[in-house]
Amino acid sequence: MTLDRMKRGQRCRILSIPSELIRAQALRFGIAEGEVVTCCEVIPAGPVVISKNRQEIAIGRGLARQIEVEGSF
Amino acid sequence: MAHCHCPGLKIEAPAGARRIVLAGNPNTGKSVFFNHFTGMYVDVSNYPGTTLDISYGRYGSDMVIDTPGVYGISSFNDEERIARDIILSADLVLNVVSAAHLERDLFLTQQIIDTGVPVIVALNMMDDAKRMGIEVDVDRLSQLLGVPVIPTVAVKKEGFDRLKAELFNARPGQATPGLEEELNQLLNRVGSRGEALLVLEGDPVIAARHGCEPGTRREEIYRRRRERVNEICQQVVRETSRSTGVAATLGRWMIKPLTGVPILFLALWAMYKAIGVFIAGTVVGITEETIMQGIYEPAVRQFVEQFIPQSSIPGTILIGEFGLLTMTVTYLLGLLMPLVVGFYFFLSLFEDSGYLPRIATLVDRLLTSIGLNGRGVIPIILGFGCVTMATITTRLLSSDRERKIAIFLLGLTIPCSAQLGVIAGMLATLGPQYLALYALVIFSVLVMAGTLLSTLLPGKSADLFIDLPPLRLPRLDNVLKKTGTKSYHFLKEAAPLFALGALIISIFQVTGILEFLQNLLAPLTVGWLNLPREAATAFIMGIVRRDFGAAGLTDLALTPLQTIVALITITLFVPCIASILVIFKERTKKEALFIWGSSWVAAFLVGGLVAQLARLFSPAGDKVQVLPVILVFAALTLAIVGMCMFLRRTKPTTNIPG
Repeated sequence: MTLDRMKRGQRCRILSIPSELIRAQALRFGIAEGEVVTCCEVIPAGPVVISKNRQEIAIGRGLARQIEVEGSF
Repeated sequence: MAHCHCPGLKIEAPAGARRIVLAGNPNTGKSVFFNHFTGMYVDVSNYPGTTLDISYGRYGSDMVIDTPGVYGISSFNDEERIARDIILSADLVLNVVSAAHLERDLFLTQQIIDTGVPVIVALNMMDDAKRMGIEVDVDRLSQLLGVPVIPTVAVKKEGFDRLKAELFNARPGQATPGLEEELNQLLNRVGSRGEALLVLEGDPVIAARHGCEPGTRREEIYRRRRERVNEICQQVVRETSRSTGVAATLGRWMIKPLTGVPILFLALWAMYKAIGVFIAGTVVGITEETIMQGIYEPAVRQFVEQFIPQSSIPGTILIGEFGLLTMTVTYLLGLLMPLVVGFYFFLSLFEDSGYLPRIATLVDRLLTSIGLNGRGVIPIILGFGCVTMATITTRLLSSDRERKIAIFLLGLTIPCSAQLGVIAGMLATLGPQYLALYALVIFSVLVMAGTLLSTLLPGKSADLFIDLPPLRLPRLDNVLKKTGTKSYHFLKEAAPLFALGALIISIFQVTGILEFLQNLLAPLTVGWLNLPREAATAFIMGIVRRDFGAAGLTDLALTPLQTIVALITITLFVPCIASILVIFKERTKKEALFIWGSSWVAAFLVGGLVAQLARLFSPAGDKVQVLPVILVFAALTLAIVGMCMFLRRTKPTTNIPG
């Protein structure tokens, strides 16, 4: 399952992030592969907003499609 | 004194002065610390090759240097490169972190500690953290990091005395586990530990400096650092309550289309009222007409005429119609400066409040279809202020492809504020159906051009990946300071270009090239656009200053349809000479010429199309049917977009994140 399929309010574990550059940026924000995050907003056909604790990140739809997650916690 | 690793950044430091560097994430309140330490004695210098300013000042017999807010120091963008270079040359780093965002902020803290420089941490925003129900065990944090940690509330100056007393107790902290050994191996090849760390993390710039291969271990080191930061946070942060405040709710509303679009419109409307009505009308009336044209220009003319007559060639160049000392100065200070300040004020307000990344999130979907991503909204908004300014701002976009597209669209479709005033005045007399026609045609050209470029250029838009900081009330002093810095910078950068532009135009005028161009354009204007001959003069004047072009149309007796055709053509026509020069400066000659040339083609193609369509649909020629023309354009846009979607399906995509 990929991140763009998440519904608002669902929690999921991030399994893989496609590019090394994005992985590095995500690590800085505290979001790494293996972390559990909350999907707090999905803009229709647009970005997905995820949060971990109080850190919120908006991720473009194209990228969200490439991020593998495993669902509901 | 440590030798400076900042290539090109000349900071005069007295002998024996220590370099105290302020570092931290964006929006942690760093600037308040900087102002407190340096007081009034602040110098600003531009970091070579960037649009960024570095502030530095004296603190006792030492130097305090500010750095841009960053999440980490690598080579991801200009801000990081600068912060990296300044931190590597520091004698001690005062790292400002937000107590409410320790998980995010401590990553940079740990990275700075890993470089081996002495660090002291100011744990700022303790009051915000408390309000959010976050408790931080300061002593434990200090123990785990191995450096002093001082709790502060910068806006109330709480904790500053203690910070000053402890400042020079800064010391190297606990590095990320496992790094020491690897760094020691590199140390004999690379002079300093900080540089060794960055080489290990694969920083290409630092590696090149030492002539060694950049390491490939960034991810592994980042991961270990992240694990360490998470461990620290687990031990020192206690959440007593989880309240969602008003700000969080509002922040959500801003990014949902249903509520976000009205909020955005409200913000843009406020902007229009403040800039379009108040500044462009009242303020510019005073600055341009009363001060510059009323007092300054006659004085300069009088002074220069004592030496050279105005009718001579040097006289024309200096104080003629497009004079270097008259028009250029009036344009820059009388008209552009107030408008640019207004636009930067709003931009800083949006930035400081945390609204900007939310706008970017909201419009990301729309902009993706024209080859940009959410970040592209900044140059587009600024373009309505001044296309020259917006073109410079495209430097903050993540990829070269996006810069290309953004610059092209700015030059082609976005009317700048100087021009908008005149255009709005002319449209107001025509009635709503013509206004709709104008707006729709320009918008459809924007969509068509963006979609076409996005399809034809290799690659794909960089994906949005941004931090949404908590919303907060912006601090006026911060906003004003940012506005001042940005406006000053723009004017400094643009002034020579405007002067050069005026010089070129004056030379054209003296040599008769301007008239030649007007005559060249006249047949096209009459035959294809159905406009009077004199309209060609207005178009050519638009090269000098966009508002000159639009203003030139007001003197002509035009039918409503002719007015619309002329306005559409002049909006799409080439950007003003200063913008063209900026494009030549920022891009390759080939690309700049392409942009310039295609503006000519697009302007006359679209303007002529509207004129010919209108003639087709109203053979009687008395009442023009606007609706069919609009429908044809809508259909054309849909056809182009559809075709591009079809082409894209068959196109291999490579993904560049950003």
